[in-house]
Order: sequence, then C-alpha cells, then structure tokens
Amino acid sequence: MRITCPNCGPRDRREFYYQGDALALDRPAEDAGLEAWDDYLHNRENPAGDTADLWFHEAGCGAWLVVERNTVTHAVHKATLAEKAKR
Amino acid sequence: MVKLIALTPCAGLLPITHGGVEVTEVRPERLMSVAPYAGQSKATSAKLKEQIGEGLSAVMCRAGAVTWFGHGTWLVAGEVALDGVAAVTDQSDAWAVVAISGAGAEDVLARLVPVDLRAGVFKKNHVAKTMLGHMAVTITRTDTATFEIMVMRAMARTLVHDLDIAMRGVAAR
Ligand SMILES: [Zn+2]
Repeated sequence: MRITCPNCGPRDRREFYYQGDALALDRPAEDAGLEAWDDYLHNRENPAGDTADLWFHEAGCGAWLVVERNTVTHAVHKATLAEKAKR
Repeated sequence: MVKLIALTPCAGLLPITHGGVEVTEVRPERLMSVAPYAGQSKATSAKLKEQIGEGLSAVMCRAGAVTWFGHGTWLVAGEVALDGVAAVTDQSDAWAVVAISGAGAEDVLARLVPVDLRAGVFKKNHVAKTMLGHMAVTITRTDTATFEIMVMRAMARTLVHDLDIAMRGVAAR
C-alpha cells in the first residue's frame, strides 16, 4: 500500500501512522450537548467502500493527512493536508 | 570542577570503508530549526536571505545552508535571528550527520531506504525525509556520488551499524 503525500510524493505505508476516521476533524461546538459529543468521541462508521482517515507521515515530513481510500478495492484515491481539509 | 570532554555524535564510530564506499562524520557548527509562523513564510525567507544568503528552500530541496526539514520546517546551518516571523530552535547537538560516498553508495542505501535515491530521480540538493531501517532520517544528495544522512543523535550507533552491514553486503557481491 502506498500513500501519495502532498509534500513527499508516493511513499510506502510503513512511513505512516494511522489515527482513524477523519471525522475527528469535525469537532462539535463546545455547547453541542452530550449526545453530539458522545457521538463524536465514540461512534464510527465501518464502511465497506469509500472512507476518509487521518494518517500521520511520521517517518517522513511530519504532516497530518486526510487519506481517501476504498476498504473493498484497497484503492487509495488521494491524500490532502489535514490543515487544508474543509471543515 | 570536572572538565568534561565534548564528543561528536559519531566519535569512535567513523570513518568506515568497505568496497569503495566510505562513511565519514559531518560536523555542522550550528544547526537551527526554523518554522515560520502562519502567513510568515515570505517574511522569514527574506530575513534568511539577508542573514545567510539563501531564503527558504523548496519542499524536498536544499539551497545553500537551508535544508527543507519536514512540513513547515527548515534546518539552517548557521546562526539566524528571526524574532516575530518564525520559531527558531538551536538543534546543533541534536543530530548525528554522516556523509556516505562512493560509486556503490546508491546500492548501499537501496538496501536500507524505501525511497528511490537513484541519480535519475534524486538529484543534487534533493532532500528525502524517510526511513533508514527503522529510523527516521533526512537524506540529501550533496554530490554525484555523495549523500548526507541525518539521524537523531541517540541513533548514531544504530545508523553506523546498519550502514556497515549494508556496505559489507554490497562489497561482497
Ligand atoms: Zn510527507
């Protein structure tokens, strides 16, 4: 599996650390209520298909990336800098 | 008061030579990490140019004393003052720096590094933040058959050990 880092180009997956669903970027408002916060912290989809995750180019440039990939075909569609992701 | 003797990161480990490939220690006088504040890249670049003759280098490149050192970070070999535009940290003692040179240097690194470092794609002053064995490293091609490798100082012995084994392997072929 390779991920194309926007800084470094295509790199082997061993250079990256996997964090989890990119949903983590969509932080609820402070006063959003317990249910929204519980959902944000604990509930994740388990999709058969396209998904977006946070990966850290740990043994590389140190950038956080949003990686879009497909859990069925294993295709990696693209990677963007997390700091540039729409929120 | 005990007088302490300063040792370089690779003291007692280098130089080593196998099969025409040589590894020597590089001893930068001063290394400062430079991380421009948000929106201050241009201002940082201008100040660097005034102070050491080069601005921020392109991603994955070195220019003069300035080396791209990861996302939003550069490592400058020299003294700089960038108050107000960038976070600057003195890292002079933090890095072990070695040079590997010789016709077989590419073959040695090919055994250890998952990135294509051949001359056709990785040219002079290109920089790769990648791995060597299990270590995070910064590799710069400094000449036709010479690379500079930086690891955290505590990894110096492991770096030399890994290079030594790969050099013996290449030399034995
Ligand atoms: Zn990267």
